[in-house]
Amino acid sequence: MEKSLTQLGNLIYEQINNQEFPWIHMQSRSTDNILYDTNLRQYVLGPRMIRRHSRNIRHIRPFTQLIWTAWFAKELVTQKKTSTLRETYYSARGQRDIEYTDQQESDNIITDLEVALNRAREDFNIFPAERSAIFGDLTIEYTVPGYEGRRTNLTDHPDGIMIGPAITSSEFIETSADKVLVIEKGAMFNRLVEEKAHEKFNALLIQTAGQSPRSTRAIINRLYTDYNLPIYIFTDADPWGLHIAMVIISGSANAAHLRGLATPDAKWIGVLGSDILNYKLPTEPLTEYDHKRLFELKADPRYKDQFWQDELDILLKIEQKAELEAFSKYGLTYIVDEYLPAKLES
Amino acid sequence: MPQVEYQSISPADFFYRNREIAGFSNPSRATYTAVRELIENSMDACEVQQVPAEIFLRISEVPDNRNTETKIYVMRVEDNGTGLPAEHIPQAFGQVFYGSKYELKQARGTFGLGGTMAVLYGQITTHKPVQITSSTGGDIHEFVMNIDIQNNRANILKHTVKQNPSGWRGTAIELQMDGDYSRIMYRLIEYLKQTAMVNPYADITYIGPKGRLYKFERGTEKLPPLPVGVKPHPHGVDVEAFRRLISVTKSKNMKTFMMDNFQGVGNKTAERFLELAQISLKARPKMLSPEDILRIVRSTKEYGNFKRPDASCLSPIGEELMETGIKKELGLTDEDYIKVVTRKPSTYLGYPFIVEAAVATGKNVRKMHGSGITTYRFANRIPLLFDESSGVVWKAANKNINWKTYNVESDTSVVVAVHVCSTKIPYKSVGKEFMADQPEVEKEITNAIREAARGVRGFMSRRFRLAREKRRLNIFNKFLPKIAEFSGRLAEKDTPNIEPLLRVVSTDIHEVEKKLEEVPEIVEES
Ligand SMILES: Nc1ncnc2c1ncn2[C@@H]1O[C@H](COP(=O)(O)OP(=O)(O)OP(=O)(O)O)[C@@H](O)[C@H]1O
Ligand SMILES: [Mg+2]
Repeated sequence: MEKSLTQLGNLIYEQINNQEFPWIHMQSRSTDNILYDTNLRQYVLGPRMIRRHSRNIRHIRPFTQLIWTAWFAKELVTQKKTSTLRETYYSARGQRDIEYTDQQESDNIITDLEVALNRAREDFNIFPAERSAIFGDLTIEYTVPGYEGRRTNLTDHPDGIMIGPAITSSEFIETSADKVLVIEKGAMFNRLVEEKAHEKFNALLIQTAGQSPRSTRAIINRLYTDYNLPIYIFTDADPWGLHIAMVIISGSANAAHLRGLATPDAKWIGVLGSDILNYKLPTEPLTEYDHKRLFELKADPRYKDQFWQDELDILLKIEQKAELEAFSKYGLTYIVDEYLPAKLES
Repeated sequence: MPQVEYQSISPADFFYRNREIAGFSNPSRATYTAVRELIENSMDACEVQQVPAEIFLRISEVPDNRNTETKIYVMRVEDNGTGLPAEHIPQAFGQVFYGSKYELKQARGTFGLGGTMAVLYGQITTHKPVQITSSTGGDIHEFVMNIDIQNNRANILKHTVKQNPSGWRGTAIELQMDGDYSRIMYRLIEYLKQTAMVNPYADITYIGPKGRLYKFERGTEKLPPLPVGVKPHPHGVDVEAFRRLISVTKSKNMKTFMMDNFQGVGNKTAERFLELAQISLKARPKMLSPEDILRIVRSTKEYGNFKRPDASCLSPIGEELMETGIKKELGLTDEDYIKVVTRKPSTYLGYPFIVEAAVATGKNVRKMHGSGITTYRFANRIPLLFDESSGVVWKAANKNINWKTYNVESDTSVVVAVHVCSTKIPYKSVGKEFMADQPEVEKEITNAIREAARGVRGFMSRRFRLAREKRRLNIFNKFLPKIAEFSGRLAEKDTPNIEPLLRVVSTDIHEVEKKLEEVPEIVEES
């Protein structure tokens, strides 16, 4: 990592020394260059390249920000420190002229750097603010400074362990689990821990806290690829829940330049539209916004399989949506005792 | 039957009774007008003398215990002009309608009234005499006098003659008046500033009642050419004027009479004109009947082939001097746009006149003026400060000109200054405060402004583009060093040198400037 950052510095340095306005080549991230790759079953960047050129009056500011961010990343890497997107944004605050107007702008430059280096930001130690967590019988060994070689079992903490830089960079030593259960919400995750779902289903539990961060997706992918653990995703029955599952399965357009984040074989097991009817779940009507979103998803290439199209259609047809919590209607343990076993069986 | 009494009053008595006509309507306005009349007399005297004017004005308050809004002020004006011959001093300041400016040539003074009115107003409000000190280079004469209003003549209280070893030339007048300074202070100072604008060869020093010093320094020693007296133009003559000429003429016949007494009338013109008027070339002037005279005067209006009135009696400020004056008083620099246009002489009703117009815009103009069109008006180098929106200049600048064609937006700050000089300024009222919209004058003013504004469009787009280029260059100056710094650190090397790159972008700006020089100017059809 350090080497590619230094290389980038050298490139710019040489250009300036040759009395050339520095510029770099990178893949375009504009929407028309984001394509859905049916083989990889995820979004990828197309062949179009763009030039970020400091001779261009509109490019020079983002170009400068990019070089600054590269320097900042190198500092992190060489000093073995980690930082968050938010911290990175704030670190630029002190730098006159480089300063970002908002975090969006900063995040965007970091993504540019990923594209330029062809590496994920986690590789240069910039992580999102974490809210997602993992729980279950998995022994890991830390590699972060000060903890090198230390081991821990992820059942040690009943609240689950936050998926941050330490977990992301750790070695996975062993696990007795034979599946991974991904849940969209913290409350349901806690319920499952309390009800010992990890033992009952012999599963690792992961909660994504809404749309899952990239590091969480990376771990899911790792558990699937390295340990062959099947992944089951469990979300609300509404367009937002569906899409949380879909991003884990097929990735996002924002990360089209990265590999190893999508897990195409992960399974969304519920709450399905048909579950609403079969289990007679308490529902809420779709809002106008839900409606609009459902139609957007129907047009999305990731949803082109019949299975997904049918699921979207059911919601549109019954005009209702349901949350995970809806199962509480049948008692607090119903979901662990009845629903999940049934789902995992099929 | 009620008794009707008849009496006659002197001119001084008339203006005593009707002083508002001459601008002495109330204490504050009277303060302003008095200063104005005295300063204008001084400016005239300096121009006749052809010296760069050196004017000193002091207004000081006379302490008293009155608890009124008005105060007694001592007003003193000194100049380095011609000075007055001792024998003329009493009448010049003690008699209404006595003066040296009745000749047909441009001057600020016209009526033989202004200075005397200031003295008269001081006298009736304070009962104090005026003191006049003057020299034409020889002895210094000092008069202490007042006006015998009923008889329209000076009443000399004291006449002292002093030696003049230093050869001083000029005039100093000191009078007292009951006035109101605080209400008129702003206008008065504005008046002095604008006087300095159109008389850039004048040094004006003013010490106000609170002891504050205002200095308007000259920007040049050059004076505009001295106007010369001319014979009247036949077109402007009326029956009375004609009759007077006849009464003093020595010409034996009408042909020579016409040629001797009017400007621009030669052999041919005299013959053709008299033919039109049905007057024999040989007719003896003194023998003309009243009907003949009336016919001649009417014919002057019909005869279309007189030469244009002679403009040598006029003294325009000139493009160079006017630009100097405006730039110095408005604090303009080379970054601002200013263009002054002196038009060719023109005429209305037989009077020659010349219009000069200046148009200025730019960031220093904005500092003092804010958005929109600000007009400055001058007549025979006198600033006109009152009743702006009734005047012809305001109309021309605001109604006749389509500023959009000059890239002037409503938030652009533009100054339009117009100077009209003439042997007869078309004042709308006797107050000498604004000019009527005589069609010929209005048209000339409009054309002058258009001509002066021609470059504004180019200036605007040039300024706009230059500003953009500067911003651009700034951006490179801002970011290239950062790129160099952080790429150096990233590469674990020193900071690479960006000077060559900065040179590349800054040569671009010169090219842009070159291109901007070529921005075509627009011509608005008039
Ligand atoms: N400062 C002065 N220096 C020399 N002569 C002066 C001065 N002040 C006044 N005079 C003479 O006195 C005359 C009368 O002045 P006054 O101001 O009354 O009339 P005016 O200037 O001729 O006309 P107007 O009424 O338009 O001002 C002038 O014509 C001039 O000859
Ligand atoms: Mg006068």
